[in-house]
Amino acid sequence: MKIERSVRVEDKLFCNRYLVDAGRPHIKVRAHTRPSPQLLALLRACPARCYDLNDKGQVEVTVDGCMECGTCRVIGEPTGDIEWGYPRGGYGVLFKFG
Amino acid sequence: MIEERFDAIVVGAGMAGNAAALTMARKGMKVLQLERGEYAGSKNVQGAILYADMLEKLIPEFREDAPLERHLVEQRFWIMDDRSHVGLHYRSEDFNEERANRYTIIRAQFDSWFSSKVREAGATVLCETTVTDLAQDAYGRVIGVRTDRQDGEIHADVVVLAEGVNGLLGTRARLRDRPKPNKVALAVKEMHFLPRETIEARFNLSGDEGVVIEAAGTISGGMTGMGFIYANKECISLGIGCLVADFQRTGRTPYELLDHFKRHPSVAPLIEGSEVKEYSAHLIPEGGYKAIPQLYGDGWVVVGDAAQLNNAIHREGSNLAMTSGRIAAEAIFQVKSRRLGMTAENLALYKRMLDRSFVLKDMKKYKDMPRLMHTNSQNFFLTYPQLISKAMQTYLRVDGTPKSEKQKSTLKSFVNARSWTGLFGDAFRFARAWR
Repeated sequence: MKIERSVRVEDKLFCNRYLVDAGRPHIKVRAHTRPSPQLLALLRACPARCYDLNDKGQVEVTVDGCMECGTCRVIGEPTGDIEWGYPRGGYGVLFKFG
Repeated sequence: MIEERFDAIVVGAGMAGNAAALTMARKGMKVLQLERGEYAGSKNVQGAILYADMLEKLIPEFREDAPLERHLVEQRFWIMDDRSHVGLHYRSEDFNEERANRYTIIRAQFDSWFSSKVREAGATVLCETTVTDLAQDAYGRVIGVRTDRQDGEIHADVVVLAEGVNGLLGTRARLRDRPKPNKVALAVKEMHFLPRETIEARFNLSGDEGVVIEAAGTISGGMTGMGFIYANKECISLGIGCLVADFQRTGRTPYELLDHFKRHPSVAPLIEGSEVKEYSAHLIPEGGYKAIPQLYGDGWVVVGDAAQLNNAIHREGSNLAMTSGRIAAEAIFQVKSRRLGMTAENLALYKRMLDRSFVLKDMKKYKDMPRLMHTNSQNFFLTYPQLISKAMQTYLRVDGTPKSEKQKSTLKSFVNARSWTGLFGDAFRFARAWR
């Protein structure tokens, strides 16, 4: 599956403020060989495009740009595809306007 | 473990949590409020419109120092197709009153101010603290919370769950279900900065007057959703939201949808030349009355978005949050002052008080609306807007076609698209859900 790059989310996220909790991601993807439909849906539904495919066709998450909205939790937690928690206190996205 | 024991712990410093903490602290209760953000508001996202009446009930003199943007004098509803919009505008000089009814706000700033009032009232507010779990006793009664701080467990007579739409605590403790994809919308928003004069000229405003534009139609591509444009003092809040289940089904991406909305010929001129300073995303509870979970139990109550209290039809949420927070606090105080335990039986008072308020009356009125909108999304958000736009163009374009033929062709386009049965069915279902 190819993700369209007509809009660069990275540029949008660049104006946001984050305090990244290095080495302690608050979202984890369950190990898998072939991604479930729910995991594949996250490639497109995540508003920060945190989910991507690796070389082996598995879904990976990078939480650095996460806006903590919970969309992936709603889609991927019931099937056990992802584990979802909030970042530690003070870490994560820090909205200036909100 | 923190040895100190509190009368109440409030989880979250959004609208509902602040209202609850403020109300209880003012009544002399020993309140601890926990917020995972760096400061109150740093994790909160809303359009945002503030309804004065509900805040006035908490802080009557809020206009003196609250960070308000513009008071609203005009409301626009747009039905959009790809190249046009049909609008309903209401503007009234009556809204230029001393105690205005609605304001635009910027949540991060507003919530910080609201939080300062909570502190002034005597509550202990602890930021940068994520609550990880509810502490329960052997009987399942909630007796406090566990946080990510070293201190661990903190105990209180009652915990107010004001943890927002994506609250984890209530679901982890199996007090309520997690939100489902067809019961929550994902909204994305950008803050577009422009000189004040430019905003006022483009939206036909003077001074602190403000405008709200709410838009539905082909901008959501057949998904159940809406776009919004709010004029603030020096920036414009612009966003769009659709049901998560629809994003999942269609594979549309939120940012492309937002981009498409921004490029619409009716929208682009309003934000031309602006500088975007923030991009945010947030879930909105859209399940309505039928999605409201159990609101109270032994040692806990749930308020605001976490309780799915959002009136999607009238786009009211923060006022329901504030009101449910205040009412929960008043109920808790009544239970406490009668020297009763914080049991489910006694906290049922919260639900009874909420039933009598506009909050649950309004939610109940539209109990059938979400299902109607969600199951007919292609018609309501694609077919009808296109038909209405075409009808308007046929009506307005002068080209020598006799008027009777124009009317016939317009009617025919409606019948062809939806059939007589479909048209009457939609009208009937809509009227019944609205009633």
